[in-house]
Amino acid sequence: MTSNSPVSALPSRSATPFGPAEVRLNVEQASFVYSAGENHAPVFTLEATSFQARQREIVAILGRNASGKSTLLRLIAGNLTPLSGRVQVDGFETSRLDNRTRAQRIAMVQQESTLLFPIRAWDFVMQGRHPYGRGLRFERSEDTAIVQNALAQVGATHLRDRLLHEISGGEKQRVILARALAQQPRLLLLDEPTLHLDIGAQVDLLQGLRHLAEQNCYTVVVVTHELNLAAEFADQVVLLHHGKPLRVGPPATVLQRELLEYVFEAPLDVQMGPAGRPRITVRGSDNSSP
Amino acid sequence: MRPLTLERLLWVCALLAGILFVVIVVALKLGAVPVSIYGLGRDLIRVALGQSSQLSSEHRLIVFDIRLPRILLGVFVGAALSVAGASFQSLLRNPLADPYVLGVSSGSALGAIVALIVAPHLNLEPSVSAMLTPLGAFLGGAATITVVYFLGRRDGQIDTATLLLAGVISASFLSAFIMFLITTLPSRDVRGMAFWLMGELSTPLPASLRWLVGIGFFAAAGAIYTTAADLNLMIAGEREAMHLGVEVTRVKLLVYACASILTGLAVSVSGAVGYVGLLVPHAMRLLFGNDYRVLIPTSAFGGAIAVVIADTLARTIVAPTELPLGAVTAMAGAPFFIYLLRRRAS
Repeated sequence: MTSNSPVSALPSRSATPFGPAEVRLNVEQASFVYSAGENHAPVFTLEATSFQARQREIVAILGRNASGKSTLLRLIAGNLTPLSGRVQVDGFETSRLDNRTRAQRIAMVQQESTLLFPIRAWDFVMQGRHPYGRGLRFERSEDTAIVQNALAQVGATHLRDRLLHEISGGEKQRVILARALAQQPRLLLLDEPTLHLDIGAQVDLLQGLRHLAEQNCYTVVVVTHELNLAAEFADQVVLLHHGKPLRVGPPATVLQRELLEYVFEAPLDVQMGPAGRPRITVRGSDNSSP
Repeated sequence: MRPLTLERLLWVCALLAGILFVVIVVALKLGAVPVSIYGLGRDLIRVALGQSSQLSSEHRLIVFDIRLPRILLGVFVGAALSVAGASFQSLLRNPLADPYVLGVSSGSALGAIVALIVAPHLNLEPSVSAMLTPLGAFLGGAATITVVYFLGRRDGQIDTATLLLAGVISASFLSAFIMFLITTLPSRDVRGMAFWLMGELSTPLPASLRWLVGIGFFAAAGAIYTTAADLNLMIAGEREAMHLGVEVTRVKLLVYACASILTGLAVSVSGAVGYVGLLVPHAMRLLFGNDYRVLIPTSAFGGAIAVVIADTLARTIVAPTELPLGAVTAMAGAPFFIYLLRRRAS
């Protein structure tokens, strides 16, 4: 593989049984510990977690609050350096890349941040071109085309001149996604993107992600609370519980009733859908089943 | 929305430079001694043509030896404080940040006074000794912003209200020290209380400092400007900026250091002039938008214009007595600060 930049400075790819074109994201026994100080007991531990994802795959990270979902996502994003093990994207350890190179490969869609000053959707999406520019970053025609395309891909072309704080939550989420697309990443990370969205907008977003993963050859990792959306759209599910990876695999093998009831401590029913994708429902007090 | 181009940027700067020129000419004319605009124009043209020997001696003294240096000092102080204010606003994610409100100006003033007191005891060459004042001001300012930054954090995040309180309290604490030093140490070289606490431009810049101040200003403001695109993203928060490829640590260190240099330089030559770094960037945001690639140069010009106007008012409204420049800027700035604070709260 011929690459562009700081490749030579980095250790060579590990000897995985998969070829480089196959595995895009390799999380290998990655663990992390938060503690208040050097001699303090750990506040939170993410135990060694492993999974691999190829291009066009969607991975969902599930679990209760404080189960380590965001920690795992930040390890993948390279914000945190794993205590042991490693996280690689196309063979490079994410935590060792400089921010600029990393932003060209990994885009993160976070829970929305507060906007200090009004900004137009166009200018916001243009921020995604930041890692490719130099100096004052005057818009180049290439950037304009990429931003136009990113807005079109999420169906937000009509929003380009609107101020971000004036549009609805679902529309805003699309614009934030468009900015991530403008980064032209290989790996797209989303932290609870469906929060504050109604069910229609949620399905819309996930269908869009499915489509984008196919079309742009992205690998998508999404942290979510929506079990059914994960079951419907993910190729792989990582189920975390108190910082421990309970099970990793396709939705049908991970989303099983005993496991989910144990993790979420709620009476749940799981049925297999026609396409082999599980459906999770809350078992009501009448205990009826179809 | 048209995208920003170099051409548009230069046009905006040219417009503001034109306004600044007009303001300077008017400021040269106004004052305790009346100077006719015709005579002023004729003299300016003669200076421009290099025929300064033909100037009338009376005009030459008042206009070119007294008013012009003072006005140019105001141009520099206004530009430096405004660029520093705009920079702090991005890094601290706080539209109310300003070197004076954050206590950085008071820290610089204390640093400068300590340097003035210590300098005569060090047996240095006079030219080196003179540079200790801006150096002390820079160190005092940098130390203050570091302390205020950490005091203004809650749970690892900068908290707007806590930060402002930390700044105001630090300013008050440091001002008390300034008063203590000036009152107890009868050092002839230390200027008066009004200078350090409110700021004024009546003391001309010593010749030994002109180069240092000029080069320091352009180097620091230029270095900040190279990060203008990064500052646009830092407003969204450090984590988000990092995800978009900003080398957050490098940008923060560079911009904090350069904003402290700008504040230190301004304070060492004019004392602690307040609210310029708050008022001017806000006016520029309203006029030209929030893009730092435009905001930094426009703030520099706007700050220069604002301080020259404020100083002209300071030396004319109660002429022949003068007000401290900082009194004029505070009369305009403090109510504006309250207005912004109220608007944010609602």
